[in-house]
Amino acid sequence: MKVLTEAGLNKVKEIVARYPEGKQKSALIPVLHLAQDEKGWLSADTMDYVASLLQLEPIEVYEVATFYSMFHLKPVGTYLFEVCQTGPCMVSGADDIINYIQQRLGINVGETTPDGLFTLKTVECLGACGYAPMMQLGKHYREHLTKQRVDEIIEECRLKAGVLN
Amino acid sequence: MSVKLLLEKAHVEGIRTYEVYRREGGYRAAEKALKTMSPEAIVDEVKKSGLRGRGGAGFPTGMKWSFIAKPEGVPRHLVCNADESEPGTFKDRYLMEFLPHLLIEGLIISSFALGSNATYIYIRGEYAWIPDILEQAINEAKANGWLGKNILGTGFDLEIYVQRGAGAYICGEETALIESLEGKRGNPRIKPPFPAVKGVWDRPTVVNNVESLAAVVPIINIGGDEYAKIGVGKSTGTKLISACGNINKPGVYEIDMTISVEDFIYSDEYCGGIKNGKRLKACIPGGSSVPILPANLLLKTAKGETRYMNYESLSDGGFATGSMMGSGGFIVLDEDQCVVKNTFTLARFYRHESCGQCSPCREGTGWMEKILKKIDSGKGSMTDIDLLWDIQRKIEGNTICPLGDAAAWPIAAAIRHFRDEFEWHVKNPEECLVRNYGLAGYADPRPIPA
Repeated sequence: MKVLTEAGLNKVKEIVARYPEGKQKSALIPVLHLAQDEKGWLSADTMDYVASLLQLEPIEVYEVATFYSMFHLKPVGTYLFEVCQTGPCMVSGADDIINYIQQRLGINVGETTPDGLFTLKTVECLGACGYAPMMQLGKHYREHLTKQRVDEIIEECRLKAGVLN
Repeated sequence: MSVKLLLEKAHVEGIRTYEVYRREGGYRAAEKALKTMSPEAIVDEVKKSGLRGRGGAGFPTGMKWSFIAKPEGVPRHLVCNADESEPGTFKDRYLMEFLPHLLIEGLIISSFALGSNATYIYIRGEYAWIPDILEQAINEAKANGWLGKNILGTGFDLEIYVQRGAGAYICGEETALIESLEGKRGNPRIKPPFPAVKGVWDRPTVVNNVESLAAVVPIINIGGDEYAKIGVGKSTGTKLISACGNINKPGVYEIDMTISVEDFIYSDEYCGGIKNGKRLKACIPGGSSVPILPANLLLKTAKGETRYMNYESLSDGGFATGSMMGSGGFIVLDEDQCVVKNTFTLARFYRHESCGQCSPCREGTGWMEKILKKIDSGKGSMTDIDLLWDIQRKIEGNTICPLGDAAAWPIAAAIRHFRDEFEWHVKNPEECLVRNYGLAGYADPRPIPA
């Protein structure tokens, strides 16, 4: 069974080559990122597959996947809003932004919209304290958030998803 | 204007590219080090510079380097700690994003000094776009002969790899970082053995912060002695400060550690004063783990002397009346901010980030978060404040790694300096939900601008 694409598998080989012989376990976190990028989340099947790729026991993969907050063990929406709520963002108005997003999307923190488009999560400090409030959206940060910026981001996502109404 | 050693060229158009970086004098230090210096001479130069680890602990970098074991036939590794996750800190991100070649050059020199032929940059997973920038710089450096086999004909080989973490503050602790680099959970190791003897894959390893490794470039360029002349006392060279919170000009600033805290906050060259004409209430001067100080103790020490932005002055008075330089994450709170709420968000952060290995930290951080939430929402009692004090005291010093201390200190300091604000929350359960305590006796001595 091939879970990853050919390009993904080639990348796995390239990553494993960065470490000394027999230390391919070091590739685990990068390979989990890669698998999650392709699949959207990490199912037990995906993790078992990663274990077989790196010649690890499945438990070695589960214990790592459950430790790090960036790995999703359940499906998430197409657009994942991860809004920082730690001190520096909080003093810059993160609470208002989180409330506003909840209201705009009609979901609570931790939930996904019924159309599967948006998931809202709160996260701890992402290292953008000077550009607060902020959130991570995919690979990039969206900083200096205001209600207007949030509206724009939501529209941008809906446009991309082709469901603008 | 203070001396700029790291960010001098940050605003040069195209400085991210090899071509421009080289044209602006880049890779001169690497050339000098590899062609004219021995590894030992480089270590000596770094020792002479007095450079202290810029990640937060402030341990002398040259001394750390001199501890690395050199058993025959065992490879050694340098690991660059780019896991920057301390709330309030975003300086390494700035360096990597805008001056990637400065870091790569620092890594080449440092790897040569330590004898590392495979060096890893461990970067926090959330900085997901930065590995592309670093890998681009690595490829350019390689294409120009600064990486790979037999660099500059010296016989020295070096590869640099970028490894992403996946969301764990604890991986900024060096042994947790090593565990993570080995593909495991980020559980810190018991020391000794120290990484310098048994690090990644049981090989001798040095883990240094991004800023420390970038600082090696100016140290080699101007010499350790010249570097040590900048700054004051044991705070040599320059330090990046990431300023945030309620200020007019948040951002990353390079200071030479002779500037006063007051000037740093109010001068237009740096923070530009408190936002919206408000007054300064408190500040966490070195990242969320260091003690919070009320305005009066921030600007002047308990002895009434001016406080400066350096290691010694910020810690003057110990934890009773001082704080720490830490990572340089400078978080400013204005008069509208609630210390209880701010402390609660930090407690939540540490509970979320505790790896769970040691009971005092795993259980204690959860307790502290719950109690602070209770007080913040007007449901606390006076005994909760004492309980909070008791818990933090029982975490501090009783865990494998410093995360326990880092979780305890901010709470201890908040109670130490702002106890009346905690008590006000308890005594005014309704009012505390609709308004903040304000300045009370913590006001900065400066008048409000007209």
